[in-house]
Amino acid sequence: MSHMDGPGIVIVGAGPAGIGAADVLVRAGLRPVLIDEGRRPGGQGYRKSDPTLGLSLGYARAANYKRIHAVFTALETQIDYRPETLVWSVDGRAAYLAERGAVVDAGLSYDRLILATGATDKIAPVPGWTLTGVYTLGGAQVILKDQGCSIGRKVVFYGSSPLLYLAAAQYIEAGAGKVTILDTTPFARKAAASLKIARAPSVLCNGVALLAGLKARGVTIVSGVSGLRIDGEDGRVAGVSFQAGRRPMRLDCDAVAIGHGLRAETQLAELAGAELAYDATFDQWLPRTDADGRAADGLYLAGDGARIGGAAAAELAGRVAAMACLADLGRSIDKAELIRLRTRRDAYHASQEGLAQAFAWPRHAFADLPDETVLCRCENVTAGAVRAVARSLEGVSDINRVKALTRCGMGRCQARMCGLAAVEVAAAARQEAAEALTYYRPQPPVKPIFIPEPALSEV
Amino acid sequence: MTSRRTEIAIIGGGAMGAWTAFHLARRGARVMIVERSFPGAQASGVNYGSMRIQGRFLPQLPLSLRAQRIWEESERLLGTDVEFRRTGHLHVAVDAAQQAKIERYAADALAYGLGVEILAPAAIRRRWPWIAPHAIAASWSAIDGAVNPRLVVPALAARLAALDVAVLQGRRVTGAERLGAGFRLETAEGDVIEADMLVNTGGAWGADVAAWFAEPVPMFVAGPSEMVTEPLPYFMQPTLQIVDGSIVIRQVERGNVIIAGHPRGPADALKMRARMPGAKTLTNLQRVADIIPCLSGASIIRSWSGIEGYMPDMIPIIGPSATTPGLWHAFAFSGHGMQLCPGLGAVLSELILDGRSETPVGAFAIDRFRQTQTVDEDYLRQEFDAGVVKA
Repeated sequence: MSHMDGPGIVIVGAGPAGIGAADVLVRAGLRPVLIDEGRRPGGQGYRKSDPTLGLSLGYARAANYKRIHAVFTALETQIDYRPETLVWSVDGRAAYLAERGAVVDAGLSYDRLILATGATDKIAPVPGWTLTGVYTLGGAQVILKDQGCSIGRKVVFYGSSPLLYLAAAQYIEAGAGKVTILDTTPFARKAAASLKIARAPSVLCNGVALLAGLKARGVTIVSGVSGLRIDGEDGRVAGVSFQAGRRPMRLDCDAVAIGHGLRAETQLAELAGAELAYDATFDQWLPRTDADGRAADGLYLAGDGARIGGAAAAELAGRVAAMACLADLGRSIDKAELIRLRTRRDAYHASQEGLAQAFAWPRHAFADLPDETVLCRCENVTAGAVRAVARSLEGVSDINRVKALTRCGMGRCQARMCGLAAVEVAAAARQEAAEALTYYRPQPPVKPIFIPEPALSEV
Repeated sequence: MTSRRTEIAIIGGGAMGAWTAFHLARRGARVMIVERSFPGAQASGVNYGSMRIQGRFLPQLPLSLRAQRIWEESERLLGTDVEFRRTGHLHVAVDAAQQAKIERYAADALAYGLGVEILAPAAIRRRWPWIAPHAIAASWSAIDGAVNPRLVVPALAARLAALDVAVLQGRRVTGAERLGAGFRLETAEGDVIEADMLVNTGGAWGADVAAWFAEPVPMFVAGPSEMVTEPLPYFMQPTLQIVDGSIVIRQVERGNVIIAGHPRGPADALKMRARMPGAKTLTNLQRVADIIPCLSGASIIRSWSGIEGYMPDMIPIIGPSATTPGLWHAFAFSGHGMQLCPGLGAVLSELILDGRSETPVGAFAIDRFRQTQTVDEDYLRQEFDAGVVKA
């Protein structure tokens, strides 16, 4: 690593956590490398639109959005910024990179690594979810923010997550047609969780305001939805049918965005030496860290890739992790400031526990998923196939064993889409807790890399 | 504490232990496998699946050819398709030394009943135009093949259940010793097993078992380097490797291309963890492109490794214990055991039940290390990363 002076610090991810970390390090006189897969900084929550489209979307006028991008702009010339670059593996204190899929022929050594890898959607498949016109919630937001497009003219946002409401509001604000929200968690659970959510008062206030705004704009919101099926015509979405409480209902629609919360991207953390532990609040395995985000020697984690918390918590966590990194390097830090940041971050984390109750992962619905429902889209493996193998296993009932025998999770996305659902389906089939099946073990490359051009010339 | 009794106890439920149990049980023996996690959990489940015959240590050819005949029957024997395919193997020479090596081997192998065809560049280009032009010769063995290793031991396990073989899973053997004319084993989970005979197919942990019977061997562990592409249109029928094993490439019917290549890297037999290092991935990616240029641009979606037992002479341990009658060893297959396993099982069952086998395995005796061994340092450097060989 060609550092003229100072330790080599690599930050992976230019969302709010990565930007927060970079800001702290730059203010301490260091020049970190900031690596990001996207073309532009901001991650998902603060995604910057393609400037050539001249979009003016509401979310981009919010104070937090403007502030985080201003922070980045001020930093940009003082860091080694590598956009459109993937870190596909970490080993031996080196990060292995690919620029737009083309591998860089040597690893990038580092002294300290800060991972701010963010999260993707937690998906609970439903019958019909592989029809054309079904997107993940995150995907529906990317299409809007990056390209100013809607996924359809009559969009259903289905699942359970504060992001369902946020995305619906963003769609409405941008001028989308008919928008409906179908939330699988009953409203009563939201009310019961409101005290916990209020641990970060702004979260509760924003949520309530959001809900009121949506209702005022005529968005249909149905809570306590179950048994949803997406039906299609000619392979495209035509409508959804479901139960609202006990009442059967049906809606015409041409697009569905589904999401049940966030799934942390933990693969690099594990490759870099973090240990994972099952978190019952978020129904997934998350990396173990100390109060400042330390996960292993020289390894720091921040943001949704370490602990689901949302964009505001992510920036705070990035700053905390960077301060911990500075302290470990023997630099003096403002301890009072560190405590202030931790406290604010922890309030968001506490509020998230309330959100996880108010917007629940439907862990009891997996047993009812019809056998013929596709679980693994990449390899076309059904719930029935996973159940049959899961039931047949004696002794060790690891999901990796189920994967080896069904191919579920073996495809291009390496179980990002199906992994959590596969665990739930397999666990239900064995009448075991999801935790018992552990999780899909990551292996490099964490995302696909290309075989390069030949180096030898013709003899 | 749970007490159990059997005729023949087998330590290790990988491919070797499972095939041995299969052959023994078919001849009516009472067999019990004691397996630390689940059958096929380690090297047996994650290896390359290469059913390679050509290039083997010549005295191993009778065992290898016998094994291949059993593989050809595997769908019938196992009751399911484990994707054994007779792809043929092509060993490609890219320099004069490699060409000399394959020509010499072709001549020597005839005496063992293996016929391989040496091909010149024009023939290579005609039959497999996707091979890069710098290949100067190739050795083609039509009877070599490939298998899907993930499916093999689970399929065997189902047959073993039907044959009343007891398979104790999740049981780590912590000690074994002589008891009268038989043996006594203990597991960490509280089992005590008594058996008349004992088979050590403990894989990368087989040397620990041998040490309990005062016959230590200089085994070390290493991990193969393997990776796989997304599915691509099917075009590669043979399995291809450069003569020195620096890259091995095959394509399965559903289209994924599987790639392996030496040198092998480190593996951790204690933490039970092995990963393909980033630097090795970079090297192997380039090697693939150099020998099959049309694969440029294909995406690698995953890499993996495993924990394999190796001997410094790259020859496995097979045969009776040198210290303890009734004890049999079959481990340290040095990265080339998968093809042998059905034959190994047959041979061991014959040695155990009949006292002899038609297939010679004298070259693999455990006590060959009593004499000083000359180790080929250059060869080991080619086969393993620095620091991996501990002998």
